[in-house]
Formats: sequence, structure tokens, C-alpha cells
Amino acid sequence: MHIIEIENLSFRYTTSDRKILDNINMVIDEGEFVLLIGPSGCGKTTLCKCLNGLIPHFHQGILEGKVIVNNYNVAETPPYVLASSIGMVFQNPENQLFSLSVENDIAFALENLGYSRDEIKERVDFALKAVGIEDLRNRSPFELSGGQQQKVAIASILAMKPKIIVLDEPTSFLDPLSAKNIIDLISELRNKLNITIILVEHRLDLAARNATRIILMDNGKIVLDDEPRKIFSRIETEVLGVATPKIIRIAKSINKKYRIFNELPLTIEEFSSILRGNLIDRSK
Amino acid sequence: MKNFQVFLGGILLIEVNNIEYIYPSGIKALDGINLKINNGEYVALMGENGAGKTTLIKHFNGLLKPTKGDVYINGINTKNESVAKLSRIVGIVFQNPDHQFFEENVEKEISFALRNFGFKEEVIKKRIDWALNFMNLEKYRNQPPFLLSGGEKKRLALAIILSWDPEIIVLDEPTIGQDYIQKEKLMQLIIQLNTQGKTVIIATHDIEFVAESKPRVILLSKGKIIDDGPTEEVLTDIEKIKKCSLILPQVTQLMYNLSDLGFPRKIVSVEDAVKLILNKLEGK
Amino acid sequence: MSLLEGFKFKSIQSPIHKLDPRVKLAMSFSIFLISMMYIEIQISILLLIIQLPIAYIAKILKEWIKSLSSSLFLAAFVFFMNIGVSYFSSGYMLTIFDIYNALALSIRLITLFTAFSIFLLTTTPDELGLVMNSFRIPYDFTFAFIMAVRFVPVLVGELQTILDAQKSRGLEIEKGNLIKRIKNLIPVFIPLLVNVFRRSIELAEALEVKAFGASKKRTNFKELKMDKIDYILLIIIVIMLVIAIYARFIIIIKPLIA
Repeated sequence: MHIIEIENLSFRYTTSDRKILDNINMVIDEGEFVLLIGPSGCGKTTLCKCLNGLIPHFHQGILEGKVIVNNYNVAETPPYVLASSIGMVFQNPENQLFSLSVENDIAFALENLGYSRDEIKERVDFALKAVGIEDLRNRSPFELSGGQQQKVAIASILAMKPKIIVLDEPTSFLDPLSAKNIIDLISELRNKLNITIILVEHRLDLAARNATRIILMDNGKIVLDDEPRKIFSRIETEVLGVATPKIIRIAKSINKKYRIFNELPLTIEEFSSILRGNLIDRSK
Repeated sequence: MKNFQVFLGGILLIEVNNIEYIYPSGIKALDGINLKINNGEYVALMGENGAGKTTLIKHFNGLLKPTKGDVYINGINTKNESVAKLSRIVGIVFQNPDHQFFEENVEKEISFALRNFGFKEEVIKKRIDWALNFMNLEKYRNQPPFLLSGGEKKRLALAIILSWDPEIIVLDEPTIGQDYIQKEKLMQLIIQLNTQGKTVIIATHDIEFVAESKPRVILLSKGKIIDDGPTEEVLTDIEKIKKCSLILPQVTQLMYNLSDLGFPRKIVSVEDAVKLILNKLEGK
Repeated sequence: MSLLEGFKFKSIQSPIHKLDPRVKLAMSFSIFLISMMYIEIQISILLLIIQLPIAYIAKILKEWIKSLSSSLFLAAFVFFMNIGVSYFSSGYMLTIFDIYNALALSIRLITLFTAFSIFLLTTTPDELGLVMNSFRIPYDFTFAFIMAVRFVPVLVGELQTILDAQKSRGLEIEKGNLIKRIKNLIPVFIPLLVNVFRRSIELAEALEVKAFGASKKRTNFKELKMDKIDYILLIIIVIMLVIAIYARFIIIIKPLIA
């Protein structure tokens, strides 16, 4: 049983003929870490909104095909029901924070869902701890740095204990250190809580190593869907302007002369150990 | 990508003399900044969010005047000149293009500044034609700027600035939300402008972009300049980088990891790393 | 924009901040009521002076003074309006009583503004929402109100950013005659409107994702609780109100009836 099933999904806005999503077929299993990449305008964000019901319930358009998330048919389920199964974190922290205290902001969605006060307290504590921001409990989100704000945004979604979390370019406005922290946090949440992650991200240098799967989109279609190492060895990534991690670019360049990387390295440690191993072999 | 700083005669265009800037709220954003930029340079101002990058940029066209010290643009003290006059020399492209569009079509949008600066009608027509052509936006001439995609809006913001041919072009966080192809195009544009003798300054925390385009890097932290030099010198200094919530470029991180094998650490580009590793593999 | 600083929540610790917002509202409201009951300038000024120690304890003295100065413009307007009405309606005559009356009305206005500024300066938008909720105001309305309050500073910041961008394109808002100056506001207000619109869509999406409107019976995580000091203060306020009403009745009205 897949946690997300997409069958022949197409979508366009009523005012336009252009299909933003063009016959998408995709299945995702629980616990996967999916990285959704592709050039600007390829439909990544639109696809995300088809998963949590913003399309078609909030944004009107012509939707064809079927999207099943955690056994719910998205087109037939109101977004507030889907919210407990699939959460979404947006790009700009400022426009997803509603309260003047971190604690209240995390409680916000739970208040909307009508949970009891005790239940809310327990979940707020859980979310603060899981994200590592217990010390920010009584602070105002607007005094926090961008990275901290995104952590609050993640915590406020986590409090609903969804099975899937979608993050649409959550590090766009963050400095490199905060970006790295957020991506590491997401990975940690998946490992500890078995949450399925769908991450839209341009910074592949930081994100590719954590992904179990990379889906490359272009012009509303899925072009490639495979595990990271296999993706980067495909020519499409170079043509479609994907920001191949520099470690991999170096490895591919070296491979052209001396094929020492049979498997493309996703981290510096992997690169280093393969290179060192090879140098030792050569010296023998 | 080669280091493409071009010094044409070394005319001092921007001189910042020991300036201090305190916001009306009392926050000291700049604390003793000294800086000289010559014509034809390509400079990156880097530092954490809140380090003072945007505050410093606003001093270049007089939007802000220093509370202590002086800023000279082409010999003119900014305290004695209007923002409009200084903007003729220093074109600043701010982070969010949506903060400036208001006209009914792209053509009028570009003409706005040209009218304000007092250009004659025939000249305005020519410049609009040139700008649209240069930034590949001719097909959008009669469209409302609001309907353009994110990438096209950024190009339009640039077209607007370039239309009045300023000596100095300043870009505030130009790579946020951009995909790899867009960043490549930006890099090419910067080279082109540099070749034409223009001075280009970017404020950014995109380390990988800086590592690939290799400008002169000025590191800011808490309102002070903590380093100023070529990319390979500044971005590879781990102590200074940490102070600014930045991380080492990927390639540099790899070199640090391999430094015990005799690899130098001050490497930031993929090509240089590949050369060194191939040499090592060939036993040189 | 510093005009607004007299009415925007200031995030600091103080004994006044800790009070139940309903008590603070009651305090501001009673000052307002009492000033309405009395025409005498001395009373209005007394009510103004009472606020000084409160503002001091709340550490908002500077902002309170700003609310005072913001209301001066409106108060001056009221003053001259009343003078004008008295002058023209009594056949170009102006008595001392007219001037006294106009002055009293304008000082009353200042008292009103400053009294409520204390409430707003020491109450968070969240608490405001809770107060509105306790008065059985529907949540949709309360939420819209809080959002408006919360976003005013953001919009002010955005206005500045837009202004910077347009000035960098040669816009000179200080120059020109009245017509030109009004025209020059277009490049400033259109981007602002567009961005407000855009932002609302993003906010609405975030609300959907956080199940806004899911349950008719929305829980309140935090609730307002009155402490001993809140009750004591409330009693003091009620006593003062009663005295004020009684004094008004005994001293002024009763003799008239008798």
C-alpha cells in the first residue's frame, strides 16, 4: 500500500490552455525521502499543492486523473481533513506564522482541529522537543532569525503528527548555515519518526545525500525518477540545468579519464574514502 | 569559470571612509566601514542576514547617509547629492522585483526611470528597445509586468536598471529562488557587464555562486568588515567563515578533507580540484 | 509612521503587561466613560494625569507620549470645528463658554486616545483575540482583526522598501506641485496593494494547511485567567466608576431635579 498514489494527473488553470501538470504518474511509499527538482516553472510547486488539496479546493482549475494520499482521494476530501495526514511548509516563513508566541503558533492548527487543551499541550511539547526549539517556547516568532522561524513552521506542522510533510523550497531565504540545519533537521525527523518527506529544493549540494529518491520534472512532466546516484549519471540532469552537487561533478570529470568512481559519491566522506582507497591501490 | 576581474585604469569609483550607521531605532548597523572599489571590479559583499550588507548598499546611492563618516561616489559626497542623481551612476536592483512594478506593460515600466531622469523621448525609445533585447524580454513588451514568471521579473528588474546605463550595478541577493540555468545566465551577464567596463557589486550569501564566479569578496559581520580579498583567500578561511553563518564552499570542504594527502586548501572551483586530483592520480 | 508607535504592542515585561487584558480594557473604558460624563476640563486633565504613573509602571512612557502627540492633530481639528460652529451659529459671537466647551471636547478626545493606547501597548494581538472571544465575538471576525493588527508593521516596512526601490529609479516624491505629488504616489501604492493581495493568498494557503475552519468548536489553548490582583484592580475600577456616577448625579443632576 503506497502512501501516495498519483494516476494520470494533469492540471491547468481555467484561464489558460497550458498544462502545468501533464499526465503525472507516481507512487511514494511510507518513509521515503523524495527530492523534487527541476527548472523554474516545471510544475514542482503545483504538484505539491495537488497533494494536500490546495488544488483543487483552494485554487480552481481543470484537474484530470486521481491523487490518493494516505487513502484519501484528494479531490473529494476537504483540505482540513487532509491536513492531519499531510502537512506543508512554505518558502517564506513570514507568511505562515500567525501568533505572537512560538508556543501559540504551534498550537494554532490543533486549536483549529478542536483538540482538547491537554492534547494540545502534549503535542506542543512533543513538537518543540522534536525540532529542538524548547528554549524558544515563549519567544515571539517575529524576533527570530529566518532559520528559527522555519523551525517553528516545521514544528507547527509536526504538532498535527502528519504521516507526510511537504516542504516547498524551505531554505530559499535562509543563509547557508541555517539551510544546512533545516535540511539536517528534516532528515532527522524522517529517521526518528518515519515521516515521509517530499522536499522541493535547489540546493542539491546539501539535500541530495539525504534523499532516497530524486524526481526530476520539466514542463509539467516527470522526466526522471530514481535513486540519487543513478540520477546524476544521466545526461538529462546536465541538459536540464540541474545543480549537480560539486562532489559529483568532480567525480564525473575524473571518471572521464580514470574510472575510479564506480558509484557516484554523494558525500565528501564517500568521495574521500574512494579516492584514498584508489591512491593506496595505485601505490602498490 | 575563470577569475574575471578587469581593472581598467583603476579609477576609484566608490570610497567609503570610516562610516558608521545607526538606525533611528538605535541599532548600529555599520560600525567603522572602510572600503575602496575601483571601476571594472566584480565584488561580492557577504555575511549573515543582518550583518549590514543591504544597509551598506543603500549608502551607495544615497538612500541612507552615514551617521558618521562619508561615502564618495565618483568623487561626489553622497551627503551633498540627491538619490535620483546618484542613482544615475549607481543602479541598485533590490531583492524583490514585486516591490517596484506598477505600470500596465513592460515597455512603460522601463520608461518610468528614463522619464524621471529626464531622457528625451527618442532616446527613451531606443533605450527600451536595447534593454528588452539585451535581457531577452522583447516578446513581453506589451504585457503587464505582474503576469511575468519569477525569473522573467528578475530579468525585467535588471533591464530597468541597465536601460539608463549606470557605471555601477548593484544586485541585492540576485540568486534567491533561482534555478541553476538562471544562475548560469546571471554569471554570464556579470562577465559581459564587466567586459564592458561596468563595476558589478552583489550582496549575497550564496557561497556556491561566489565560488564559481570568483569575485573579490568582502566579508561583513555585525557591521564590520572582517575580510577583504580574492575568493580563494577569503572563502577558504574557516574561522572567518564561521563568524558569518556561512559554510565553506563544497569544493573547499573536500580539499580540507584531503589536505592530509598534500592537497592545498585554498581551492574553490571544480576545475582546479579536478586538475589537482588528476595530477595526484598520475603520481605528479 | 511613528504615529502608530503609540498604539502598537510593545513587547516588554512589566506589572501592567501581566494583568488580565480584560481588566486593562475595563480601566481604559472607565477612563473614557468618566471623561464623557463630565464637561469640566479639570476632570479630563485629572484622567490624563492618572495615566502617567500607569504608563510609567508599564515602561511605555515614551510610546504613551507618542499617542498623546498623535491625537493632538485630531484634537486641534475638533477644537477649531467647535469654535467655528459656535461662532457662526450664534451670529458671529464667541463667548468664553464656547471656548471652554471646545477646549474640553478636544482634551476629552486626547484622554480617550491615550487611555486606549495603554490598553493596546500592553496587550498582545493574541490576548486581544482572547478578549474578543470572551465577549462572544465570532472567531472569523476576531482573527481578521488580529491579522490586521499583526500586519500593520509589516506593511509599513514594505512601504519603505517600495519607496527605496522607486527612489532608486529616480522618483522624487518631495518635488513638484500638489498634482504631481499625488501622481507620484501611484508607483508607491500600486506595488503595495499588489503585495498585500499576494501576501493574502499565501496566508490563506497557510491557513488551509493548518486546518483553519475545520471545527466549529475551536479550542483555545490559552485562556484568560484572573489573578487576585486582577480582581482587586477590577473592584477599584468599579468603585471609582460608581463614585464618578454618584458624584455626577448628586452634585449636578439632583439639584436640577429638586
